[in-house]
Amino acid sequence: MDSEKKICITSQGDNLDSEVAPRFGRCQYFIIVDTDTLQFEAIENSSINMRGGAGIQSAQLIASKDVKIVLTGNVGPNAFTSLQSDGIEIITGISGTVRETIKQYKKGLLKTTKNSTVDAKSGINKK
Amino acid sequence: MIISVASGKGGTGKTTVAVNLALSIGNIQFLDCDVEEPNAHIFLNPKIEKIESFEILHPIIDESKCNLCGKCGKICEFHAIAVMPKKVIIFEELCHGCGGCALICPQKAITEKSKELGIIRIGRCINDIEFLDGVLNLGQAHASPLIRQVKKTAAQIKNKNQQITIIDAPPGTSCPVINTVKETDFCILVTEPTPFGLNDLILAVETVKKLNIPFCVVINRFDIGDNKVEKYCKDENIPILMKIPFSKEIALSYSEGIPIVEKYPEYKKIFYDLFENIIKRVNVNIQ
Repeated sequence: MDSEKKICITSQGDNLDSEVAPRFGRCQYFIIVDTDTLQFEAIENSSINMRGGAGIQSAQLIASKDVKIVLTGNVGPNAFTSLQSDGIEIITGISGTVRETIKQYKKGLLKTTKNSTVDAKSGINKK
Repeated sequence: MIISVASGKGGTGKTTVAVNLALSIGNIQFLDCDVEEPNAHIFLNPKIEKIESFEILHPIIDESKCNLCGKCGKICEFHAIAVMPKKVIIFEELCHGCGGCALICPQKAITEKSKELGIIRIGRCINDIEFLDGVLNLGQAHASPLIRQVKKTAAQIKNKNQQITIIDAPPGTSCPVINTVKETDFCILVTEPTPFGLNDLILAVETVKKLNIPFCVVINRFDIGDNKVEKYCKDENIPILMKIPFSKEIALSYSEGIPIVEKYPEYKKIFYDLFENIIKRVNVNIQ
């Protein structure tokens, strides 16, 4: 995959027709997709039930995949700090399916966020 | 023997029971482990003789030595270290200060700096009571390590004439309460005869049962509310060892910050009876 076109979308399922997951650190899957070929890899998120630090763990995982952009519903402060340190851009407020999100992203309709959008631990015990 | 005074619900009268029990026994240690809002000192008015700082160690990374191997991040139980491709980030508010990261770092890139979590105050008050409390600094999340340190300090300075330690616990049933109540010989659960008191008493009972600590119930403001707490205790075979009336004189002494037994010495016997009743149940020898 060409890393310039590699984006990560948090997802509730393991394919492109799944709904986008609203929580970065505690999403069900990370879908890493090439926006041109739509080739993708779905990584199950092992941090989903962690008591704390899920965002930090997830950020480390995403960084190791050489992704430049993350698209999700909300991101907490620790995940945001971690991702930002690696120059990863974050786009929040995403809903709908993964496939629709890719289309919107390619049209340039989505803007990166400059801050975390929720408090620490706000993803715990939520769906 | 260590007696802890706890409750599921806040504001039931834990401190009132703990303080008056302590004053009625005398020559004991008194610990206020409600470190987020310690207030037993208001009743006991101790003369503080010593203040100890309680600190936690946080890692600092020397970026010139770090080769981003990631071992520090892997060992951290609380995920307080993010090892990103270009740098390591420490999240101090998640760090519990175990020091594992500094030990495991093969590059010796991690040193530790201490940060004050709170203080422990040690002093004396009337009736030969040795007083200790923990005061957590504002904005700190780690109540439990400070609570453990208050208990540890008390055990270290205890003299052999002090056979009894009474501990005032924080409200609720979470980690700070567990850390306060565990390893005590007996727990007094203070409640009130209301639906709220009963709801939280049930949670507290489940907690002390899990910790395997013998316990009793004290009902405060007894003449108000309903009889459901009594019925629950009867059904569950839980001894109710004291009922404190909802009286104007008790409310008055509380409002002035004066212990009941100070203002109305006749209550001393009632609290001492509670103590004797507890001793009988714990089966320890007290001279």
